[in-house]
Amino acid sequence: MIDNKDRIEFTREMKRSYKILFPNMADIHFRILHKVFINYGYDIEMLTNTDQRVIDEGLKYVHNDTCYPALLTIGQLLSALKSGKYDVNRTAVMMTQTGGGCRASNYIHLLRKALKNSGMGQVPVISVNVAGLEKNSGFKITLPLLRRAIAALAYGDLLMLLNNQVKPYELRKGESDENTARWIDFVSDKFAQGRAYSQREIKSYFKSIVESYAAIEVKRTPKVKVGIVGEIYVKYAALGNNNLEEFLASEDCEVMVPGLLGFVFYCLINNINDIELYGGSRIKRAVLRLLLKYLTRFETYLIEAVEAEGSFIAPSRVTELMKLAEPVIGIGCKMGEGWLLPAEIIELIDHGFENVICAQPFGCLPNHIVGKGMIRKIRSLRPNANIVPIDYDPGATKVNQENRIKLMLSVAREKLSKETISGAFC
Amino acid sequence: MLRIGLDVGSTTLKCVVINENDEVIYKKYERHFSQIAEKSANMLSEISAAFPGVGEVGLSISGSAGMGFAEEMDIPFVQEVYATRVAAKRLLPETDVVIELGGEDAKILFLTGALEVRMNGTCAGGTGAFIDQMATLLDITPEEMNELSKQHTKIYSIASRCGVFAKSDIQPLLNQGAQKTDISASIFAAVVSQTIAGLAQGREIQGNVVYLGGPLTFLSQLREFFDNALQHKGTCPENSLYYVSIGAALLNDGSAVNLPETIERIKNYTSSGGFRSCRPLFENEDEYKAFKERHKTGVSYSELGENKRAYIGIDAGSTTVKCVVINENEEIVFSKYLQNSGNPVPIVHGFLREIYEKFPDINIVSSACTGYGEEIIKNAFHIDMGIVETIAHFSAAKKYNPSVDFIIDIGGQDIKCFKIRMGAIDNIFLNEACSSGCGSFLQTFAGALGYSIEEFADLGIFADRPVDLGSRCTVFMNSSVKQAQKEGASIENISAGLSISVVKNALYKVIRVANAESLGKNIVVQGGTFLNDAVLRAFEQEIGTAVTRPPIAGLMGAYGAALYAKQNAPSKSGIISAERLRSFKHHVEAITCNGCQNRCRLTVNTFDDGSKFIGGNRCEKPLALKNSAKKYNLFDYKKELLASYTSFKDKRGTIGIPMGLNMFELYPFWHTFFKELGFGVLRSPESTRRLYLKGQHTIPSDTVCYPAKLMHGHVEHLLEEGVDAIFYPCLSYNLDEGLGDNHFNCPVVAYYPEVIGANVTALKNTKYIYDYLGLHRKRDFPKKIHAVLEREFGKIPLSEVKRATRAAFEEYYRFMARLRAKGKEYLKIAQEEGLPVIVLCGRPYHLDPEINHGIDKLICDCGAVLITEDSVSDLVEPFPTTVLNQWTYHSRLYAAAKFIADSGDPDINLVQLVSFGCGVDAITTDEVRHILESKNRIYTQIKIDEITNLGAVKIRLRSLFAAVEQQKRDRVDRQ
Repeated sequence: MIDNKDRIEFTREMKRSYKILFPNMADIHFRILHKVFINYGYDIEMLTNTDQRVIDEGLKYVHNDTCYPALLTIGQLLSALKSGKYDVNRTAVMMTQTGGGCRASNYIHLLRKALKNSGMGQVPVISVNVAGLEKNSGFKITLPLLRRAIAALAYGDLLMLLNNQVKPYELRKGESDENTARWIDFVSDKFAQGRAYSQREIKSYFKSIVESYAAIEVKRTPKVKVGIVGEIYVKYAALGNNNLEEFLASEDCEVMVPGLLGFVFYCLINNINDIELYGGSRIKRAVLRLLLKYLTRFETYLIEAVEAEGSFIAPSRVTELMKLAEPVIGIGCKMGEGWLLPAEIIELIDHGFENVICAQPFGCLPNHIVGKGMIRKIRSLRPNANIVPIDYDPGATKVNQENRIKLMLSVAREKLSKETISGAFC
Repeated sequence: MLRIGLDVGSTTLKCVVINENDEVIYKKYERHFSQIAEKSANMLSEISAAFPGVGEVGLSISGSAGMGFAEEMDIPFVQEVYATRVAAKRLLPETDVVIELGGEDAKILFLTGALEVRMNGTCAGGTGAFIDQMATLLDITPEEMNELSKQHTKIYSIASRCGVFAKSDIQPLLNQGAQKTDISASIFAAVVSQTIAGLAQGREIQGNVVYLGGPLTFLSQLREFFDNALQHKGTCPENSLYYVSIGAALLNDGSAVNLPETIERIKNYTSSGGFRSCRPLFENEDEYKAFKERHKTGVSYSELGENKRAYIGIDAGSTTVKCVVINENEEIVFSKYLQNSGNPVPIVHGFLREIYEKFPDINIVSSACTGYGEEIIKNAFHIDMGIVETIAHFSAAKKYNPSVDFIIDIGGQDIKCFKIRMGAIDNIFLNEACSSGCGSFLQTFAGALGYSIEEFADLGIFADRPVDLGSRCTVFMNSSVKQAQKEGASIENISAGLSISVVKNALYKVIRVANAESLGKNIVVQGGTFLNDAVLRAFEQEIGTAVTRPPIAGLMGAYGAALYAKQNAPSKSGIISAERLRSFKHHVEAITCNGCQNRCRLTVNTFDDGSKFIGGNRCEKPLALKNSAKKYNLFDYKKELLASYTSFKDKRGTIGIPMGLNMFELYPFWHTFFKELGFGVLRSPESTRRLYLKGQHTIPSDTVCYPAKLMHGHVEHLLEEGVDAIFYPCLSYNLDEGLGDNHFNCPVVAYYPEVIGANVTALKNTKYIYDYLGLHRKRDFPKKIHAVLEREFGKIPLSEVKRATRAAFEEYYRFMARLRAKGKEYLKIAQEEGLPVIVLCGRPYHLDPEINHGIDKLICDCGAVLITEDSVSDLVEPFPTTVLNQWTYHSRLYAAAKFIADSGDPDINLVQLVSFGCGVDAITTDEVRHILESKNRIYTQIKIDEITNLGAVKIRLRSLFAAVEQQKRDRVDRQ
């Protein structure tokens, strides 16, 4: 049991008078998600500070053998709190907690320790979890809130997916990014007014979004296609992966990053899998299945919108991903990214992104299993796979990481030039 | 058109010129000492001179340090492994596998079949730089190492994963007098094993093997070792150094540059200076003067005194030997600070002779020695007493600042820090294997750039923008330096940056300070590394307060030993006499101990008086000491208990069980379960290094913990034995003992069966059962496993499975109960006999002697009773922790800590074993420490890996016992 006597609860009163800070991870998604909370009456801000002080604070207050994401997110929060921009007596911080068997479930406690050691023990820490780990009277995840949050992630997934597929080929540089920014603003505005959540609105906006990207003028030339999978934080956060997507863009690649919805559903499905594998309440299982069915509707809208238009690759359903995983790894494997990670690699390969970067924090425990541990098996199932695992931590240098990626790209380019007549990609 | 390929490696520059027929018509090789632009321009100028009149040429750059340079010069860049591949395909089309070792990287290319290219991970040594580093340590050149290794008679096991690990293996070997011939060969063997294990990852190296790169070109013995390991003769072709450059030249896409113009451009190249920097060490000359004023150095010698009484202290450290002679007033009469050069015996011999010559009428009253070489020096010269280093340093520091409350000593290979509370050593921090070697790292780096360490460190004093290199292990720093060089950092800024890194490492990796105040008010710094002003200044800057550096900072260990010798003088000193010293001789021989399965490599040192000293031993056995005291070692009891579940055959076939990770606890369960069902059971044997090597080639992640890596060998062994099925289930959940919020296994324990299944190719011919099972749901379990068994073995009645399950649970609980009862019995005995108790905390698999390296025996040899965390965890009621307490094994750690904290018994102490790479322990160690320190108890952590050096462990344990004794004495004094 956790020592809760010192825990500062985020109370109802605080909801009215406190500002909440949370670390950034997936930029597009979190910008939109942020507005859901604003709509629910929270004064909330996403942190965008990424300077050296973030890493310095992290190194100073977090055990250095802990994973890099903990170091960065805690560093980001501490550095912001110390910046003088916020009244530390009227600010709370927020972090997610999955409650799985990975050490990531302990980030929240490491954050509290770090706050205490840096003299800011009074700052309340809000755990965002659906496992019922910690409760706060001023912050509750209700089903409607959850539904809206998932809608926000669906918008994020769609924008990320399309932006990635158009940007490398756009004729007018910057047009896709502008389009994405416009949609983020639009959806955020609607969200802040409590709109754009309904089934009707979602379907209609998804359609408009896809059409807007399809309308961007492009020149399709053969490009090296690279997929990114990995530990969730370093996979998405530019701060964690040394601006990986930017680097790949500079190397003239098309990038695909599987969406966040998949991870959310994966977490939910694991509860069902547990009951099937080890036994448990049938009623609970039935309820979970219903919930899954209800929430995966957003996935359906997304896929249908993309497929209806027809120019873009649509992501696979999470239930299909689970089937892709099964020949590689047991679906009972549920710590960290678990079975989802090998499933995403196979999905990417099958979508033509056979060059895959598997990004993980140095020493990431689940990735010994689901990342590096499965590459061999995936290669035997998909011989065309060109996978490179890359480790991230404060000591690993960008030059080393980029060198490895360049090696993967050289092999990819050779193959591409064999496949294309022009051969201009040597 | 001529095409030039320029390969900018981490340490060297190579270039070739090829003609229209792809023939190499010019080549050149030299070290670049990180002056990349200058040397490149020179090299190209030479080409220009060799081919007069050449204007337009093709030019491509490759190499790990060439990327940024090429980008800024706008010259095409080719990834170096890819370049090698292209060159090999063109020049040696028959090649199947290329093994290329470079300065800081190692690569294997599989050219035929599925194309694969492998490079070493960010944490991997086993490269040219590693060999250089080891050669420096042995004080020979790599070429000499090659020659020496030809005469080897023995191979020691040396970890080659990173230089730091290997160093801590080699240093004790040197101190124990092992031959350089054998060590040289062992280093090559380690490199080979590292390359094959780390890179091949299960793919067999066969067909035509080609060796490329500097180390494999210049070191014939290294090739020999590769040939032997692969059981296959590889070839080292002509131009083996130049494949990267040749590939780069071949990959020229037809674009041309004007050579003279390009040379001019490179000459005028000034880097963008994009590296991250820290503030300068000194803003101006005045600041430096004030600093020098505060910190004077140098020893002022006193006279021996009328009575000629003297006390000798010797500190035989890892890289240096320090000797001090003091008089009756505790003033220094004579001192020496010498490089170790591998063997401390001749150095101390020389020192003693010098004393006897200089002071012919000296009366040596007492003598003491300390440091890594303590044992051998004590034996060789009959020194009166040996003391643990921490006590030596404390004794000396007290002399300079009686109210000292924090001491930090950065020596050649280790960092020692300790807090002093109420006059006793209260908390000791030694650097773990992964960040050690800080002082000697500076030295190796200085050497690589062609400076002495003093010159090198002084370069940084007035650096304007010291490079920010972070606070990671030295291998990482190597590539950080590479990056900084790439970005144009000057030697001065790199030097200052390295000094700052050493300090940051000590502060944030070893002591893990959150703020300077927590260190203490009276800080004494010492050790050879602090003699460098740049390091001292960086330290003061980082913690923001002034500290004391005694003028004899490098001699403190020896001085402390001398003081200790004086305080504890025997009635008559037994130290070797001047006369016997003249005829002193020393002979070294290596043998293997057959006392137990550890098979330690022993070095037997015979001295001219016939006395012998044995080193390399992990226990007292080969010393044949008459240690009559009975050993109370719960590890031994647990091993006996597990061994009582013997292998047997039965009608339904034989189930093989790999004995590692959680099987160390669940074996009684599965043994009984299968026995009841009519299956035979065969367990894999106790782990050994050989067993590990057997499975090494299928390990996919080189940074996973050693206990997990061992599983590969266990499974290979079972396959060789020919079992009907191998049973190794996935277990997300462990049994719930009610101590925590949840009862998970850690991800590695839970899912390692998946890794085995995906990577051990030999498994495809055997049934491998690795289903997900839930022992935590006892009621559902029989049904679930029943389905698995029927799938694999056909019809088995459910009722039988249910009965077997019941019996298995009963047996498991009986096993745990017996263990716990024995633990309690030992506790009682300890109390009755007044023996100290160590609760050795870890996980069930730390029982494996290949994992714990005999630390349990070492503890018992110190006279303590040893029990385990799982034998006391049941005595504690669930209690609140400050972390999420969600893993069954780790809940026991917290419970054991709580048990000790609440016991109030100063004789019961905790030692936590932590496997290197265990991410979960980043959480648990802090919490265990927190629980203990909340009741003012000492926390001791020991990090273990493949390394077998117990020297550092011994220091920790001896310091712990010394501190406990001190605390007890103080308690008595106060009463």
